[in-house]
Amino acid sequence: MSAAWTAVLVVGLATVAIKAAGPVLAGDRQLPQRTGRMVVLVGPALLAALVATQAFASDEELVLDERGAGLLAAAAAIALKAPLIVVVLTAAAAAAFLRVVA
Amino acid sequence: MRHLVLHTAANVLRLVESTRTDTKQPSSGYAAGARAILPLSPAVFLFGASFGVLARSAGFDPVASIVMSATTFAGSAQFAVVSVFAAGGTVVAAIAAAVLLNARYGPMGLAAARAFRGGAARRVAESQLLVDESWAVSQEGGRFDIRRMLGAGLVLYAGWVGGTVIGVLAGGTLGDPATLGLDAAFPALFLALLVPLIRDRRAFAAALAGGGIALLLTPLTPAGVPVIAATCGVLFGLLPERGERPERARAERPRAISSEAPS
Repeated sequence: MSAAWTAVLVVGLATVAIKAAGPVLAGDRQLPQRTGRMVVLVGPALLAALVATQAFASDEELVLDERGAGLLAAAAAIALKAPLIVVVLTAAAAAAFLRVVA
Repeated sequence: MRHLVLHTAANVLRLVESTRTDTKQPSSGYAAGARAILPLSPAVFLFGASFGVLARSAGFDPVASIVMSATTFAGSAQFAVVSVFAAGGTVVAAIAAAVLLNARYGPMGLAAARAFRGGAARRVAESQLLVDESWAVSQEGGRFDIRRMLGAGLVLYAGWVGGTVIGVLAGGTLGDPATLGLDAAFPALFLALLVPLIRDRRAFAAALAGGGIALLLTPLTPAGVPVIAATCGVLFGLLPERGERPERARAERPRAISSEAPS
Protein backbone atom coordinates (compact mmCIF):
# COMPACT_ATOMS: atom_id res chain seq x y z
CA MET A 1 0.00 0.00 0.00
CA SER A 2 1.33 3.45 -0.86
CA ALA A 3 2.16 5.97 1.85
CA ALA A 4 -0.71 8.19 0.67
CA TRP A 5 -3.27 5.40 1.03
CA THR A 6 -1.91 4.49 4.47
CA ALA A 7 -2.36 8.09 5.63
CA VAL A 8 -5.84 8.31 4.08
CA LEU A 9 -7.05 5.15 5.82
CA VAL A 10 -5.45 5.75 9.24
CA VAL A 11 -6.51 9.42 9.40
CA GLY A 12 -10.00 8.51 8.16
CA LEU A 13 -10.50 5.83 10.81
CA ALA A 14 -9.04 8.00 13.57
CA THR A 15 -11.32 10.90 12.61
CA VAL A 16 -14.42 8.69 12.57
CA ALA A 17 -13.50 7.47 16.07
CA ILE A 18 -12.76 10.97 17.44
CA LYS A 19 -16.02 12.41 16.11
CA ALA A 20 -18.09 9.47 17.36
CA ALA A 21 -16.49 9.21 20.83
CA GLY A 22 -18.58 11.84 22.62
CA PRO A 23 -21.97 10.98 21.10
CA VAL A 24 -21.49 7.21 21.61
CA LEU A 25 -19.80 7.13 25.02
CA ALA A 26 -21.35 10.12 26.81
CA GLY A 27 -24.66 10.21 24.95
CA ASP A 28 -27.45 9.66 27.44
CA ARG A 29 -25.58 10.31 30.62
CA GLN A 30 -27.01 13.09 32.77
CA LEU A 31 -24.06 15.35 33.44
CA PRO A 32 -23.44 16.69 36.94
CA GLN A 33 -24.43 20.36 37.20
CA ARG A 34 -20.86 21.66 37.36
CA THR A 35 -19.84 19.63 34.30
CA GLY A 36 -22.95 20.83 32.46
CA ARG A 37 -22.02 24.43 33.14
CA MET A 38 -18.56 23.83 31.71
CA VAL A 39 -19.83 21.94 28.63
CA VAL A 40 -22.02 24.94 27.74
CA LEU A 41 -18.84 27.02 27.54
CA VAL A 42 -17.14 24.73 25.00
CA GLY A 43 -19.04 26.74 22.34
CA PRO A 44 -17.71 30.20 23.24
CA ALA A 45 -14.19 28.93 24.04
CA LEU A 46 -13.67 26.88 20.86
CA LEU A 47 -15.41 29.36 18.54
CA ALA A 48 -13.16 32.14 19.83
CA ALA A 49 -10.14 29.90 19.29
CA LEU A 50 -11.28 29.15 15.72
CA VAL A 51 -11.74 32.88 15.03
CA ALA A 52 -8.24 33.55 16.37
CA THR A 53 -6.46 30.76 14.48
CA GLN A 54 -8.35 31.11 11.19
CA ALA A 55 -7.77 34.87 11.10
CA PHE A 56 -4.26 35.22 12.54
CA ALA A 57 -2.42 31.88 12.29
CA SER A 58 -0.33 30.90 9.29
CA ASP A 59 1.37 27.55 9.81
CA GLU A 60 2.87 28.08 13.26
CA GLU A 61 3.19 31.85 13.11
CA LEU A 62 0.95 34.75 14.03
CA VAL A 63 0.37 37.03 11.06
CA LEU A 64 -1.69 40.12 10.41
CA ASP A 65 -2.85 39.88 6.80
CA GLU A 66 -5.98 40.45 4.69
CA ARG A 67 -7.90 37.90 6.76
CA GLY A 68 -7.52 40.18 9.79
CA ALA A 69 -8.92 43.08 7.78
CA GLY A 70 -11.78 40.84 6.64
CA LEU A 71 -12.48 39.97 10.27
CA LEU A 72 -12.59 43.66 11.18
CA ALA A 73 -15.07 44.29 8.35
CA ALA A 74 -17.13 41.31 9.56
CA ALA A 75 -17.15 42.72 13.11
CA ALA A 76 -18.53 46.00 11.76
CA ALA A 77 -21.22 44.14 9.83
CA ILE A 78 -22.12 42.13 12.96
CA ALA A 79 -22.35 45.36 15.00
CA LEU A 80 -24.78 46.70 12.37
CA LYS A 81 -26.88 43.53 12.84
CA ALA A 82 -26.29 42.37 9.27
CA PRO A 83 -27.52 38.86 8.36
CA LEU A 84 -24.97 36.03 8.31
CA ILE A 85 -24.56 35.99 4.54
CA VAL A 86 -23.76 39.73 4.51
CA VAL A 87 -21.20 39.24 7.30
CA VAL A 88 -19.44 36.43 5.42
CA LEU A 89 -19.51 38.25 2.07
CA THR A 90 -18.27 41.50 3.65
CA ALA A 91 -15.23 39.70 5.06
CA ALA A 92 -14.47 37.95 1.76
CA ALA A 93 -14.94 41.16 -0.24
CA ALA A 94 -12.70 43.18 2.11
CA ALA A 95 -9.91 40.59 1.92
CA ALA A 96 -10.22 40.20 -1.85
CA PHE A 97 -10.20 44.00 -2.35
CA LEU A 98 -7.05 44.43 -0.26
CA ARG A 99 -5.30 41.62 -2.17
CA VAL A 100 -6.16 43.25 -5.50
CA VAL A 101 -4.91 46.64 -4.28
CA ALA A 102 -1.73 45.22 -2.75
CA MET B 1 -19.88 2.42 5.98
CA ARG B 2 -23.21 0.96 4.86
CA HIS B 3 -24.88 2.55 7.89
CA LEU B 4 -23.30 5.85 6.99
CA VAL B 5 -24.67 5.65 3.46
CA LEU B 6 -28.14 4.64 4.68
CA HIS B 7 -28.23 7.39 7.25
CA THR B 8 -26.97 9.94 4.81
CA ALA B 9 -29.74 8.89 2.40
CA ALA B 10 -32.32 9.06 5.19
CA ASN B 11 -31.10 12.49 6.17
CA VAL B 12 -31.33 13.74 2.59
CA LEU B 13 -34.95 12.58 2.52
CA ARG B 14 -35.65 14.30 5.83
CA LEU B 15 -33.96 17.44 4.53
CA VAL B 16 -36.14 17.44 1.42
CA GLU B 17 -39.21 16.78 3.58
CA SER B 18 -38.39 19.58 5.99
CA THR B 19 -37.86 22.03 3.11
CA ARG B 20 -41.43 21.35 2.06
CA THR B 21 -42.93 21.89 5.49
CA ASP B 22 -40.61 24.56 6.79
CA THR B 23 -43.26 27.28 6.70
CA LYS B 24 -44.46 25.76 9.98
CA GLN B 25 -41.07 25.77 11.66
CA PRO B 26 -38.93 28.46 10.13
CA SER B 27 -36.14 28.45 12.69
CA SER B 28 -35.41 24.82 13.57
CA GLY B 29 -34.65 21.52 11.88
CA TYR B 30 -32.69 20.22 8.93
CA ALA B 31 -33.69 22.96 6.48
CA ALA B 32 -32.75 25.70 8.93
CA GLY B 33 -29.29 24.18 9.28
CA ALA B 34 -28.91 23.85 5.53
CA ARG B 35 -30.03 27.45 5.02
CA ALA B 36 -27.74 28.74 7.76
CA ILE B 37 -24.66 27.24 6.12
CA LEU B 38 -25.54 28.13 2.53
CA PRO B 39 -23.59 31.44 2.56
CA LEU B 40 -20.42 29.46 3.22
CA SER B 41 -20.97 26.63 0.74
CA PRO B 42 -19.23 28.27 -2.27
CA ALA B 43 -16.14 28.74 -0.10
CA VAL B 44 -16.27 25.12 1.10
CA PHE B 45 -16.68 23.90 -2.47
CA LEU B 46 -13.67 25.89 -3.70
CA PHE B 47 -11.50 24.80 -0.78
CA GLY B 48 -12.54 21.21 -1.49
CA ALA B 49 -11.42 21.79 -5.08
CA SER B 50 -8.07 23.21 -3.97
CA PHE B 51 -7.59 20.18 -1.72
CA GLY B 52 -8.14 17.99 -4.80
CA VAL B 53 -5.58 20.00 -6.77
CA LEU B 54 -2.97 19.95 -3.98
CA ALA B 55 -3.46 16.27 -3.21
CA ARG B 56 -2.90 15.42 -6.84
CA SER B 57 0.26 17.48 -7.05
CA ALA B 58 1.51 15.81 -3.85
CA GLY B 59 1.23 12.45 -5.59
CA PHE B 60 -2.10 11.16 -4.22
CA ASP B 61 -3.97 9.02 -6.67
CA PRO B 62 -7.38 10.55 -7.54
CA VAL B 63 -9.40 7.92 -5.67
CA ALA B 64 -7.33 8.38 -2.48
CA SER B 65 -8.01 12.15 -2.50
CA ILE B 66 -11.75 11.64 -2.87
CA VAL B 67 -11.86 8.84 -0.29
CA MET B 68 -10.03 11.13 2.13
CA SER B 69 -12.57 13.93 1.70
CA ALA B 70 -15.42 11.44 2.09
CA THR B 71 -14.08 9.79 5.26
CA THR B 72 -11.96 12.39 7.05
CA PHE B 73 -14.19 15.32 6.01
CA ALA B 74 -12.10 17.92 7.84
CA GLY B 75 -10.30 20.54 5.81
CA SER B 76 -7.39 21.49 8.04
CA ALA B 77 -6.33 17.89 8.72
CA GLN B 78 -6.49 16.98 5.03
CA PHE B 79 -4.43 19.99 3.99
CA ALA B 80 -1.94 19.09 6.72
CA VAL B 81 -1.48 15.54 5.41
CA VAL B 82 -1.00 16.75 1.85
CA SER B 83 1.46 19.46 2.83
CA VAL B 84 3.54 17.05 4.93
CA PHE B 85 3.78 14.71 1.93
CA ALA B 86 4.52 17.58 -0.45
CA ALA B 87 7.38 18.65 1.82
CA GLY B 88 8.77 15.11 1.76
CA GLY B 89 7.68 14.24 5.31
CA THR B 90 7.01 10.74 6.58
CA VAL B 91 3.63 9.03 6.73
CA VAL B 92 3.85 9.02 10.55
CA ALA B 93 4.35 12.79 10.63
CA ALA B 94 1.39 13.28 8.29
CA ILE B 95 -0.88 11.09 10.42
CA ALA B 96 0.24 12.74 13.67
CA ALA B 97 -0.44 16.24 12.32
CA ALA B 98 -3.91 15.28 11.10
CA VAL B 99 -4.94 13.48 14.28
CA LEU B 100 -3.73 16.42 16.37
CA LEU B 101 -5.76 18.82 14.24
CA ASN B 102 -8.87 16.67 14.48
CA ALA B 103 -8.58 16.15 18.23
CA ARG B 104 -10.79 19.22 18.71
CA TYR B 105 -13.74 17.11 17.56
CA GLY B 106 -13.41 15.26 20.88
CA PRO B 107 -14.60 18.18 23.05
CA MET B 108 -17.01 19.33 20.34
CA GLY B 109 -18.63 15.89 20.20
CA LEU B 110 -18.76 15.80 23.99
CA ALA B 111 -20.52 19.15 24.12
CA ALA B 112 -23.07 17.95 21.56
CA ALA B 113 -23.36 14.37 22.91
CA ARG B 114 -26.71 14.70 24.70
CA ALA B 115 -28.46 15.90 21.53
CA PHE B 116 -27.73 12.65 19.68
CA ARG B 117 -30.46 9.98 19.56
CA GLY B 118 -30.65 6.27 18.81
CA GLY B 119 -28.18 3.41 18.96
CA ALA B 120 -24.43 3.38 18.54
CA ALA B 121 -24.47 2.85 14.74
CA ARG B 122 -26.72 5.85 14.18
CA ARG B 123 -24.64 7.99 16.53
CA VAL B 124 -21.42 7.02 14.76
CA ALA B 125 -22.98 7.81 11.37
CA GLU B 126 -24.54 11.14 12.37
CA SER B 127 -21.45 12.29 14.24
CA GLN B 128 -19.49 12.14 10.97
CA LEU B 129 -21.32 15.27 9.81
CA LEU B 130 -19.79 17.11 12.75
CA VAL B 131 -17.34 19.70 11.43
CA ASP B 132 -16.43 23.16 12.75
CA GLU B 133 -19.04 24.92 10.64
CA SER B 134 -21.97 22.52 11.19
CA TRP B 135 -21.20 22.43 14.90
CA ALA B 136 -21.04 26.22 15.04
CA VAL B 137 -24.42 26.86 13.39
CA SER B 138 -26.11 24.37 15.72
CA GLN B 139 -25.37 26.26 18.93
CA GLU B 140 -28.65 27.46 20.39
CA GLY B 141 -27.67 29.19 23.59
CA GLY B 142 -26.82 26.33 25.92
CA ARG B 143 -28.51 23.75 23.70
CA PHE B 144 -27.25 21.91 20.65
CA ASP B 145 -29.73 21.42 17.78
CA ILE B 146 -28.82 18.11 16.13
CA ARG B 147 -31.15 18.63 13.17
CA ARG B 148 -29.47 21.90 12.29
CA MET B 149 -26.10 20.14 12.54
CA LEU B 150 -27.23 17.34 10.20
CA GLY B 151 -28.81 19.74 7.68
CA ALA B 152 -25.75 21.98 7.64
CA GLY B 153 -23.40 18.97 7.66
CA LEU B 154 -25.00 17.47 4.57
CA VAL B 155 -24.65 20.70 2.61
CA LEU B 156 -21.02 20.99 3.71
CA TYR B 157 -20.34 17.33 2.91
CA ALA B 158 -21.77 17.66 -0.60
CA GLY B 159 -19.75 20.85 -1.18
CA TRP B 160 -16.51 19.42 0.21
CA VAL B 161 -16.60 16.04 -1.53
CA GLY B 162 -18.02 17.52 -4.75
CA GLY B 163 -15.34 20.21 -4.70
CA THR B 164 -12.63 17.58 -4.22
CA VAL B 165 -13.88 15.60 -7.24
CA ILE B 166 -13.84 18.74 -9.38
CA GLY B 167 -10.37 19.68 -8.11
CA VAL B 168 -8.96 16.23 -8.83
CA LEU B 169 -10.43 16.30 -12.35
CA ALA B 170 -9.63 19.92 -13.19
CA GLY B 171 -6.12 19.91 -11.74
CA GLY B 172 -4.26 23.19 -11.74
CA THR B 173 -6.69 25.08 -13.97
CA LEU B 174 -8.67 26.30 -10.94
CA GLY B 175 -7.77 29.58 -9.29
CA ASP B 176 -6.71 30.06 -5.68
CA PRO B 177 -9.79 30.67 -3.46
CA ALA B 178 -7.70 33.17 -1.48
CA THR B 179 -7.79 35.66 -4.38
CA LEU B 180 -11.58 35.77 -3.86
CA GLY B 181 -11.04 36.40 -0.16
CA LEU B 182 -12.73 33.11 0.69
CA ASP B 183 -10.20 32.26 3.40
CA ALA B 184 -11.50 35.33 5.27
CA ALA B 185 -15.05 33.96 5.16
CA PHE B 186 -14.33 31.28 7.78
CA PRO B 187 -13.19 33.46 10.73
CA ALA B 188 -16.06 35.85 9.87
CA LEU B 189 -18.58 33.00 10.11
CA PHE B 190 -17.17 31.83 13.44
CA LEU B 191 -17.23 35.38 14.85
CA ALA B 192 -20.84 35.90 13.72
CA LEU B 193 -21.81 32.65 15.46
CA LEU B 194 -19.78 33.42 18.57
CA VAL B 195 -21.32 36.83 19.33
CA PRO B 196 -24.85 35.57 20.18
CA LEU B 197 -23.35 32.99 22.56
CA ILE B 198 -21.82 35.72 24.74
CA ARG B 199 -24.84 36.07 26.99
CA ASP B 200 -23.21 36.27 30.40
CA ARG B 201 -19.88 37.05 31.97
CA ARG B 202 -18.82 33.40 32.10
CA ALA B 203 -19.35 32.94 28.37
CA PHE B 204 -17.45 36.18 27.79
CA ALA B 205 -14.57 35.04 29.98
CA ALA B 206 -14.50 31.60 28.31
CA ALA B 207 -14.36 33.19 24.84
CA LEU B 208 -11.65 35.64 25.87
CA ALA B 209 -9.62 32.82 27.44
CA GLY B 210 -10.16 30.51 24.44
CA GLY B 211 -9.10 33.14 21.92
CA GLY B 212 -6.19 34.29 24.09
CA ILE B 213 -4.85 30.77 24.66
CA ALA B 214 -5.09 29.98 20.94
CA LEU B 215 -3.17 33.14 19.96
CA LEU B 216 -0.58 32.62 22.67
CA LEU B 217 0.12 28.99 21.73
CA THR B 218 0.10 29.42 17.92
CA PRO B 219 3.81 30.32 17.68
CA LEU B 220 4.79 27.85 20.42
CA THR B 221 3.05 24.55 19.61
CA PRO B 222 2.27 22.37 16.57
CA ALA B 223 -0.91 23.32 14.69
CA GLY B 224 -3.98 21.81 16.32
CA VAL B 225 -2.73 22.19 19.89
CA PRO B 226 -3.83 25.86 20.28
CA VAL B 227 -7.49 25.07 19.58
CA ILE B 228 -7.53 22.00 21.86
CA ALA B 229 -5.82 23.93 24.68
CA ALA B 230 -8.43 26.69 24.26
CA THR B 231 -10.93 24.25 25.76
CA CYS B 232 -9.46 25.29 29.14
CA GLY B 233 -11.68 28.36 28.80
CA VAL B 234 -14.58 26.19 30.00
CA LEU B 235 -13.08 26.30 33.51
CA PHE B 236 -14.87 29.64 33.88
CA GLY B 237 -18.00 27.51 34.16
CA LEU B 238 -16.87 26.78 37.72
CA LEU B 239 -17.37 30.44 38.69
CA PRO B 240 -20.56 31.04 40.71
CA GLU B 241 -23.70 32.33 38.98
CA ARG B 242 -24.40 36.02 39.25
CA GLY B 243 -26.45 36.42 42.43
CA GLU B 244 -25.28 33.22 44.12
CA ARG B 245 -22.57 34.06 46.64
CA PRO B 246 -22.38 37.62 45.28
CA GLU B 247 -19.39 38.80 47.34
CA ARG B 248 -17.19 36.13 45.78
CA ALA B 249 -18.49 36.76 42.27
CA ARG B 250 -17.69 40.46 42.61
CA ALA B 251 -14.22 39.68 43.79
CA GLU B 252 -13.48 37.31 40.90
CA ARG B 253 -15.02 39.26 38.09
CA PRO B 254 -12.29 41.82 37.36
CA ARG B 255 -9.57 39.23 37.65
CA ALA B 256 -11.36 36.82 35.32
CA ILE B 257 -11.59 39.44 32.61
CA SER B 258 -8.41 41.44 32.99
CA SER B 259 -6.09 38.43 33.17
CA GLU B 260 -6.94 37.60 29.54
CA ALA B 261 -6.90 41.17 28.30
CA PRO B 262 -4.03 40.74 25.75
CA SER B 263 -6.25 38.70 23.41
